[in-house]
Amino acid sequence: MNLKSTRDAYGEVLVEIGDKKKDLFVMDADLSMSTKTCFFAKKYPERFFNAGIAEQNMIGIASGLSKTNKTVIISTLAIFAPGRSYDQIRNTLVHSNCNVKIVVTHAGLSIGKDGSSHQSFEDIALARVIPNLNVIVPCDAIETKTAIKAAIETPGPYYIRLGRPEVSYINNKDYKFSLGKGHILRKGNDITMIGCGIMVFEMLEAAKILERINISAEVINMPSIKPIDKDLIKKCAKKTGSVFTCEEHSVIGGLGSAVLEVLEEEKNIFLKRIGIEDTFGESGSPKELFEKYGLSAAKMAENIKKYVN
Amino acid sequence: MSNKSITLKRQSNIARQKIIEVTTEAESGHLAGSLSCIDILVVLYFKVLKHNPKKPNWEKRDRFILSKGHAAPAFYTVLAMSGYFPEEELSTLRKIDSRLQGHPDCKKLPGVEISTGSLGQGLSSATGMALGYKYDNKEGQIYCLVGDGECDEGQIWEAAMFASSNGLENITVIIDRNGYQIDGRTEEVLKLEPFESKWNSFGWETKEIDGHNLEEIQKSLQNSRGRRVAIIANTVKGKGVSFLENNNKYHSKPCCREDCKEAVDELCKKLELME
Repeated sequence: MNLKSTRDAYGEVLVEIGDKKKDLFVMDADLSMSTKTCFFAKKYPERFFNAGIAEQNMIGIASGLSKTNKTVIISTLAIFAPGRSYDQIRNTLVHSNCNVKIVVTHAGLSIGKDGSSHQSFEDIALARVIPNLNVIVPCDAIETKTAIKAAIETPGPYYIRLGRPEVSYINNKDYKFSLGKGHILRKGNDITMIGCGIMVFEMLEAAKILERINISAEVINMPSIKPIDKDLIKKCAKKTGSVFTCEEHSVIGGLGSAVLEVLEEEKNIFLKRIGIEDTFGESGSPKELFEKYGLSAAKMAENIKKYVN
Repeated sequence: MSNKSITLKRQSNIARQKIIEVTTEAESGHLAGSLSCIDILVVLYFKVLKHNPKKPNWEKRDRFILSKGHAAPAFYTVLAMSGYFPEEELSTLRKIDSRLQGHPDCKKLPGVEISTGSLGQGLSSATGMALGYKYDNKEGQIYCLVGDGECDEGQIWEAAMFASSNGLENITVIIDRNGYQIDGRTEEVLKLEPFESKWNSFGWETKEIDGHNLEEIQKSLQNSRGRRVAIIANTVKGKGVSFLENNNKYHSKPCCREDCKEAVDELCKKLELME
């Protein structure tokens, strides 16, 4: 199977965009090899700045730099932005409506063996509550590239969440990301699954398992967490009456919560959030962790089955 | 008397009166720390900065960032006196629907380069702007005012390191060294000394000045152009009014109406003596 990590796709697209867009600047906080901003740094060293292991200062430098008519992209691991640099993101970067895109990698459980200190399950929640901050979680290399391009073309702050592992291609090469839009990837009548990032692949696999036991699952990719596709969520929820959200993030405050907020005034709709329950993670391979924490396709299918019958 | 003939010293005095009056009117605001830095701001806005209040986004401008955002009453006063907005608007400070927020909001008020208020962040923003200017080969200087207590924040030193590491030579940080922070004397809360040598060791030229001596302020600000300088401006919290000086009670509290009148009267007398 053809695989590519979203961070690798990100590193590649930055080089591509940087060639034409001369006002594009990139910063990192001593993790450029991991986040893949190293590709840009190598090609355009004069437009790359390393903040060192100082995420808070990086946010401020990027904010100031953007105020001299520049588009600035900054990267670190999801655990450090917004986590380590929350106040700087809120009070300087977003409050000042800076044209800075925060692109984080190594999000969620799939970072694997580094363990709980580096497994970010809270970042979507933290980013989502900041007014005027767009929050995006691409599911594959193609979506990553088009989402990064769209973010760079639109002035204002973005939070884009990428992963560490290689993932399958979900979208075809003509796919275009559109802010605030979700996409039905698989049709179904019994339940609606809504997910983002690495979970989109797992949802599609879970839907195959469910099909074998006669549960017809609709699968929606929801890359735009904020703004979210309210119309699509409402339409699908009303159709099937059962919604399952799937995310590599805490069930508190993430995509599941965002969907729940959209459906709060709807009657007779069942909703179950699948994600990390209110707990820290641990070391292990991504595969082992997904099994243990109930995020693998098999575990999700098992979980969903309980609620459908 | 024409505006031109009003000396800098008189403008400082008038600015102090306004700061006292608008904070009393607002029934809140950081009075004492505004009075400690107002001489620096008056010199900066009326003598040093290359700026155009009618065109706040003028490309070739110098820039000023108030990292100690709580000194907004002082900042707004010099912005209004420079012509960024009408002076009458000062009386809306901290009131509902005002552009004059408790801490500077760049989305609301012309002349505010970037929002500040959460301490320790403005120097990073200023450094980012200096970096942008350097890349574009622009001549302007970036000036940033930080509080001494604010230097407790690690981010100040991250920014200081970044500026020297990237060889920026278009940035001036002025530290309002009034010796106090909310909980008391800076040296009792968290020692800053040896302060000047800290800045030196982070790669900055330093200059210690009397932060109320207008000529000294002007000279040091002008001399810092094209360099990376930390100016430690020794100041007095509440400077200009006898009962406010070194009285930390007024850190985040304005004068009551009676005290306001007494303070303004005292300043008016000083102003008359300047005639």
